[in-house]
Amino acid sequence: MSIRHALLGLLSEGPKYGHQLRQEFEARTGDVWPLNVGQVYTTLQRLERDGMVESDGEAADGPQKAFRITASGHEELASWLRTPPDLTTPPRDELVIKVLVALAVPDVDVHEVLQSHRRYLVELMQQWTRLKEDEGEFDLPLALVVDAEIGRLDSIIRWLDAADGRLQRASAEPARSVNDTPRIRRRLAVRR
Amino acid sequence: MSLLELRGISKVYGEGPSEVRALDNVSLRLDPGALVAVMGPSGSGKSTLLTIAGSLEDPTEGEVLVDGVSLASMSRNDRARLRRRAVGYVFQDFNLLPGLTAAENVSLPLELDGIGARKAHAIATETLEQLGLADRGVHFPDQLSGGERQRVAIARAVVGERRVLLADEPSGALDSANSEAVMRMILAACKRGIGAVIVTHEAQLAAWADRVVFLRDGKVIDQTEPPPSPEALVQSSHLR
Repeated sequence: MSIRHALLGLLSEGPKYGHQLRQEFEARTGDVWPLNVGQVYTTLQRLERDGMVESDGEAADGPQKAFRITASGHEELASWLRTPPDLTTPPRDELVIKVLVALAVPDVDVHEVLQSHRRYLVELMQQWTRLKEDEGEFDLPLALVVDAEIGRLDSIIRWLDAADGRLQRASAEPARSVNDTPRIRRRLAVRR
Repeated sequence: MSLLELRGISKVYGEGPSEVRALDNVSLRLDPGALVAVMGPSGSGKSTLLTIAGSLEDPTEGEVLVDGVSLASMSRNDRARLRRRAVGYVFQDFNLLPGLTAAENVSLPLELDGIGARKAHAIATETLEQLGLADRGVHFPDQLSGGERQRVAIARAVVGERRVLLADEPSGALDSANSEAVMRMILAACKRGIGAVIVTHEAQLAAWADRVVFLRDGKVIDQTEPPPSPEALVQSSHLR
């Protein structure tokens, strides 16, 4: 989550005050990411130091101080919007690791482990879906955040379902050593 | 009293070595206004559960109660009447009759119940209006989009005095916006007091329900707790 670039985005509409930036940031992100005013001012100071924003000057320090985006701020913002996030390396996914560990632990029913995670994720998804029910109070940024969260949870649940099926098929085949797991990791070049 | 109750339902197909236990001691309650989702992989017994709940099939063991009355205690005719009047079905492939308009499709079950054509049409039109399809009544199924067809199928399933809606993968192959419209419509029907059971393998669909029941190898293995308020969710999330 880049507060820095979010602030540059808000300033690209015109000069704004610090407290105003905080309010707008929260409103534009569906009120899902609270931000304290201290974070806003620290970030603005750094942006000013780096020449990406400028303010009214030394005299008017505090809530009355308005900030403006500079040409290099515009440039930085445009390049950030188009830079893909780093998705090349699989993250150290806690859930995947839990399931891999569960495979190695005797007397653990992996399907039961998978189900306990599935239930939790579906419950979370129910909560996000509930936000969608009341469409009247629904704003576009929140709708986008909710879609993203539901999509993310859905992909994890799909992985659990696929894992469940794969494990069931594998249990019908001759047993393999758990030492296969590190080899798979090496092959995928997962960072350690 | 619950609208629909399944008590210790088992269903066995075949005999001896080829015996398949599709459902194994499944119990489920559906109250008025509730939306229950049954989630499970294919072959878990979801569709069998739905056909037994709708008395399209008899269980091998256990009983189905509608409004507290056991189906097993009813005559064949009473059961058939109950099935027609109290229970509505929605299938993945809509099943609308192509030669009838949307309103005629919706009024058909009422006419089969013996309600006069004019009155049935008025009730059908009212149901379409309540579910946001007022302007679609005069269209034939092939003039409707996939999403609209499925919403008409839902209107048909809840028209008149029907109080139980049973839906098998109700969003079928619809895209996400249309799936959402279908689920909103089922919720709207539940707000009118209908109890709905949907079976699906899609978590995004199941997440609209008040309660999600997980089925595996014919057994209920787990279910969700009722979700807390959305406010709690937003407050608990934080800057990442």
